[in-house]
Amino acid sequence: MSLELRGITKRFGALTANDSIDLAVADGEIHAILGENGAGKSTLMNIVYGLLSPDEGDISVDGKVVRIDSPLDALAVGIGMVHQHFMLIPVFTVAENIVLGHEKTKGPGILDLESARKEILRVSAEYNFDIDPDALIEDLPVGLQQRVEIIRALIYDAKVLILDEPTAVLTPQETDELLKNMKKLKEKGTSIVFITHKLREVKEAADKITIIRRGKVVGTASPSASQEELASLMVGRPVSLDVDKKAPQLGDVILGVKNLSISDHTGRTLVKNVSFELHAGEVLAVAGVQGNGQTELAEAIVGLQEHVTGSVYLDGKDLTKESVRDALHAGIAFVPESREEDGLISSFSIEENLILDLHDLPPYAKGPVISQRVVQDEANKRIAEFDIRTQSSRDPVSSLSGGNKQKVVLARELSRPVRLVVASQPTRGLDVGSIEFVHQRIITERNSGRAILLFSTELDEVIALADRIAVMYRGEFIAIVPASTSRSDLGLLMAGVKP
Amino acid sequence: MILKKLKLPAISFAMALFVCGLLIAFSDPKVLALRGNPLEMIGKGFSTAGSAYWALFRGSIYDPLLAEGNFWGGFYPFSETLVTASPLILTGLSVALAFRAGLFNIGAQGQFIAGAIGASWVGFAFEMPIFIHAITAMATAVLFAGLFGGFVGFLKARTGAHEVIVTIMLNYVAAYFLLWLLSTTAFLRPGRQDPLAPEVRQSARLPHFLGSEFRANLGFFIALLAAAAVWWLLNRSTWGFRFRAVGANASASRTAGISVARVTTSVMFIAGALAGLGGAVQVLGSEFAMTSGIGGSFGFDAITVALLGRATPVGTVFAALLFGALRAGGLTMQASTGTPLDLVLVIQALVVLFIAAPALIKGIFRLKNVESGETLASKGWNG
Repeated sequence: MSLELRGITKRFGALTANDSIDLAVADGEIHAILGENGAGKSTLMNIVYGLLSPDEGDISVDGKVVRIDSPLDALAVGIGMVHQHFMLIPVFTVAENIVLGHEKTKGPGILDLESARKEILRVSAEYNFDIDPDALIEDLPVGLQQRVEIIRALIYDAKVLILDEPTAVLTPQETDELLKNMKKLKEKGTSIVFITHKLREVKEAADKITIIRRGKVVGTASPSASQEELASLMVGRPVSLDVDKKAPQLGDVILGVKNLSISDHTGRTLVKNVSFELHAGEVLAVAGVQGNGQTELAEAIVGLQEHVTGSVYLDGKDLTKESVRDALHAGIAFVPESREEDGLISSFSIEENLILDLHDLPPYAKGPVISQRVVQDEANKRIAEFDIRTQSSRDPVSSLSGGNKQKVVLARELSRPVRLVVASQPTRGLDVGSIEFVHQRIITERNSGRAILLFSTELDEVIALADRIAVMYRGEFIAIVPASTSRSDLGLLMAGVKP
Repeated sequence: MILKKLKLPAISFAMALFVCGLLIAFSDPKVLALRGNPLEMIGKGFSTAGSAYWALFRGSIYDPLLAEGNFWGGFYPFSETLVTASPLILTGLSVALAFRAGLFNIGAQGQFIAGAIGASWVGFAFEMPIFIHAITAMATAVLFAGLFGGFVGFLKARTGAHEVIVTIMLNYVAAYFLLWLLSTTAFLRPGRQDPLAPEVRQSARLPHFLGSEFRANLGFFIALLAAAAVWWLLNRSTWGFRFRAVGANASASRTAGISVARVTTSVMFIAGALAGLGGAVQVLGSEFAMTSGIGGSFGFDAITVALLGRATPVGTVFAALLFGALRAGGLTMQASTGTPLDLVLVIQALVVLFIAAPALIKGIFRLKNVESGETLASKGWNG
């Protein structure tokens, strides 16, 4: 089935999210839509799937213009979508999730799951998906949950499948599996629209690539284009994907973590017996699939976790019992995983966000009074140093783009005397330009003798920055390996396979 | 900017007056009697509502009837408005300040009573020089109510107990403690059986500033001063910075090293102190003798006042003045036109309703980009 979009335009107030976009997906084609965060990819696909209605333009399927006002309409014309965040109910079985909203009954009020189970088994066998219709969703690994979503689309006769950032939550192995399955689907005649910002995957799986920048189609490319070419199209200027870095100049041990375990308030273990040392001038990257205890470990180092055993030393001084404030002032810069929730106060101005940690100390405060002038002067210095794009330091931080928000966090955290930088997913959701900036800044900090503890789920980032790599799996450091370890070995470790 | 901010409250107030005007007109038997003649009925309705609102104005701002031969005497109602507004400003500030720190202080009522108890006790039981006596009485009120409020913050910081539940319960504690207190020999006025405390001494009373025939007293300026102090605290001080930070995003504040527990406790102490000062102003400025009903509904109206004032000190002052005027004028309205006082409560409720549901106003008037109190009104319990 072919899908064609003509002149799709969608505006949100003054922002044009999609500016007369044309797109043609041929029958049995994997069509990648490549673009940075905020380029308008998701808006476009939500229009196709009937979650948003376009201001202008039309959609045709097999040459016939169709009207899609809801996901049900989309399904009716054969368009299915797998969202980035799965729409599954964890405590329901696979079969229950799949019939949800389309329940068949045998007799009044009696659910007919049997036919759904047969269908699931049939589709699962056809594509080798290995899905048990009676398994609970919460017991399935993320990769299988995604397959359940795909099966759901297939059972409802989707001929065009939209996959929105499908690899964001997968291990490298699961990603490879997915790419393989996409090709299998294609062979059986399903067209796939593959939304992503990851260049490697695009090159591997796509037949055709459409690149979107700031709501406009800026070009199409074939998968034979180089990663640099694709990245330049995506960003609109030449970019270098490699991080320049010299061999590390190791100094003394800055951070020591001994037998650190963390549990949540129900007593469930989140991090188990983690020990390591980190030297000045070194980047230790903690790799792993999201949700294996990285967030908690990062927070525990600055004292943000409650149920912690074991100890954390900074420059030989025990920080375990210290408050967050004392840990920060002892020389830790902390870039939290969630900028919006933990990094910034979005209703506050940029200058206020820059002094969250130091607001009651000179030069910002004289006694109990905050000196507005000093705050503004210092803010303007940071804005210049970190190239934060804004009209005024008094603008709310929420008016900034993701990259500039992250620069505000970095500017704040690096303006104290710092010995150790703990950065959790520092480039998540950022555009390529900002990623470059953050990476360079991390390497600059390392070269000037600071210790860097980087948590990242992006293997590319880990490989580009790390001097050593720790792989975290189910709360444990399953291995600490040299930076030269191959991608596939890292992938196995991330899946919990010990060497 | 200021005009834009005032747009929504002003339209809400006008709408409330309009809807309430309909209510006044069409609940009047004389208007209803003209059912057969729509034109006359509308005319009568207009004049009925008009005279009720004229009475409201006479009771709250200026009354020409009182002014005969003495122009200034006509301002007596305005002085009454100030007297009612002063404690409301203080309790309103209490709720507004807590709200800015992300706490919903339903306990201004109890804290108000705690303050009234402190001020009354010092006022009647001790002999002190003028001024010093009043200041000591107010300081005691602030301390009592501050501890009473701070206790809530402490419980929340230590155990996570939700401040809404705790403050609601403590309101009962305060009200019944007062009732018990007024039955003890220490607080019951000698020779009386009904719950009534002795009058506070002359030396502890807040002086009148418009002459002795007006009840307006220093309490109003104390309230204004408190509003200025809260403004300074929130916008200029390191404490206020932390309060606002925790209120806007507690988790980012914690991550940046701010102690949320300490903020919670100190905000509730200050909020309690403000409400307690309100109780002191009521006792030392206008009531003099504490009864079991000293609290009135100052603590509960405070929530509405803070909401209407959008949790800013300046807004709270104006909202409290509006409510004070409605209260004072409502009495005259009832007395001179027979319109029940309860309709004033309807006006208050409607103002808040329109503010809390800005979409309604925006829809009716096709406004765009009105600054709304939406977040404030809908945040509430878990805000």
